Amino acid sequence: MNYEAIVIGVSSGGLNAMKIIFSLLPKDFITPIIIVQHISPHSDNQWIKHINDDSNLKFKEADEKEKIEHGKVYIAPPNYHLIIEKNKIFSLSIDERVNFARPSIDVLFESAAEAYKNKLIGVILTGSNNDGTKGMKLINEYGGLTIVQDPTTAESKYMPASVIAAVQVNYILSLNGIVDLLIKITQP
Amino acid sequence: MNIKDTSELEISSLLEDVYRKYGYDFRQYSEAHIMRRIKNRMTLSGIEDISQMQSKVLNDESFASQLLQDLSITVTEMFRDPEFYKSLRENVIPILKTYPFIKIWHAGCSTGAEAYSMAIIMQEEGLYDRTTIYATDFNQHVLSHAKEGIFSNKLMKEYTANYQLSGGNESFSGYYTSDSDNVIMNQSLKKNIVWANHNLVTDSVFAEVHLILCRNVLIYFDINLQNKVQKLFYDSLINGGILCLGSKEGLRFTDLDKEYSELDKKQKIFKKKY
Ligand SMILES: C[S@@+](CC[C@H](N)C(=O)[O-])C[C@H]1O[C@@H](n2cnc3c(N)ncnc32)[C@H](O)[C@@H]1O
Repeated sequence: MNYEAIVIGVSSGGLNAMKIIFSLLPKDFITPIIIVQHISPHSDNQWIKHINDDSNLKFKEADEKEKIEHGKVYIAPPNYHLIIEKNKIFSLSIDERVNFARPSIDVLFESAAEAYKNKLIGVILTGSNNDGTKGMKLINEYGGLTIVQDPTTAESKYMPASVIAAVQVNYILSLNGIVDLLIKITQP
Repeated sequence: MNIKDTSELEISSLLEDVYRKYGYDFRQYSEAHIMRRIKNRMTLSGIEDISQMQSKVLNDESFASQLLQDLSITVTEMFRDPEFYKSLRENVIPILKTYPFIKIWHAGCSTGAEAYSMAIIMQEEGLYDRTTIYATDFNQHVLSHAKEGIFSNKLMKEYTANYQLSGGNESFSGYYTSDSDNVIMNQSLKKNIVWANHNLVTDSVFAEVHLILCRNVLIYFDINLQNKVQKLFYDSLINGGILCLGSKEGLRFTDLDKEYSELDKKQKIFKKKY
């Protein structure tokens, strides 16, 4: 299967989890990765710099109407929902919070599922709410691949557990397991 | 057939109907955004498929006006992005001071939070008596709300914090009177604001102005429509006039990129070249 994009949703405990994942993914990893990390609306996304220091791949904040490209890692800006258009460009929105969150994981995942159909991989990591469950459900319905961090290895179990309870996910893995799998299945 | 399978084609034919029957043109809005809002509405109103949606929109005016609310995201705040207002005080006010009278246009003003913020700044700078603020939106519902100048008391804590962060030194509670639920903005702030219905997509140049603020409106438009509306702004600004966009918006996809200089790159404040 030729996957065209990976979406990742992560909440509390996310900084450590992301550090691990991005220190392990290789420099030549080409499938674009798009991330919603729950974060304070006033954050200046300084933590991006933090992760960039240890990462082989470079993060950037997703810009309004920016085209999604290979080899890039995009992160939703604080206080905006991140949406993917059918023609694989980003839109931003400041409508109501969803699951108390803006950016919301569901909002990104649902639009990504519509845009990429079965060419999408959805990943839910540590977190303490249920944002992302509906999005993973839709990815699953469209035939995309669903991966969840094993709740027993997560700093905060609730978010991955919520997905597992609601969706027949394809894989439940540790962070290292997730990285290995991503590398294997996106290999050209 | 269910909500999930609603196609782009069906959505565009629905938007076509809305345009022909009601004159609101959403055909060049961001597709994913429209799709999401329409599906939300279908779920909330228990509508099963797009043909049911279509007939409801065409035959039920109150439902159509509900849909208009859904599509015109009206979330706003006073002194939203305090850093922006700080920059406005520092970089834009000195330019405005040089004019004998000042015209400001808030395009997509929603419930007026932004226009009242501006009125407060102009008052504090001693410029308000020679200022007219045109605040426009295509949504009559929010405009009426804006004109009343009534806001929920619960919001004031956040607005006060924003105001202070933006460099405001007065007592914010002096700008309104309150009861237990609501506050009403002072008449002295309302007096020079002109509220008007204006649709950025279908209406033409509105007035010749010194400053335009259009924040968090263009993100809902596709690139072509953004470009078209930017031309409208360009034509509405005097030479040397100032354009303020939302913190995630810019001019990079427009043909007008070269026609402005950057007054504050981060806060998206641009100055029309002479
Ligand atoms: C998210 S609000 C932004 C409010 C304010 N400018 C701010 O940044 O806080 C977007 C506003 O744009 C208005 N709008 C959307 N499309 C419009 C159009 N075609 N013409 C005029 N106003 C429009 C909506 O009704 C809504 O009130």
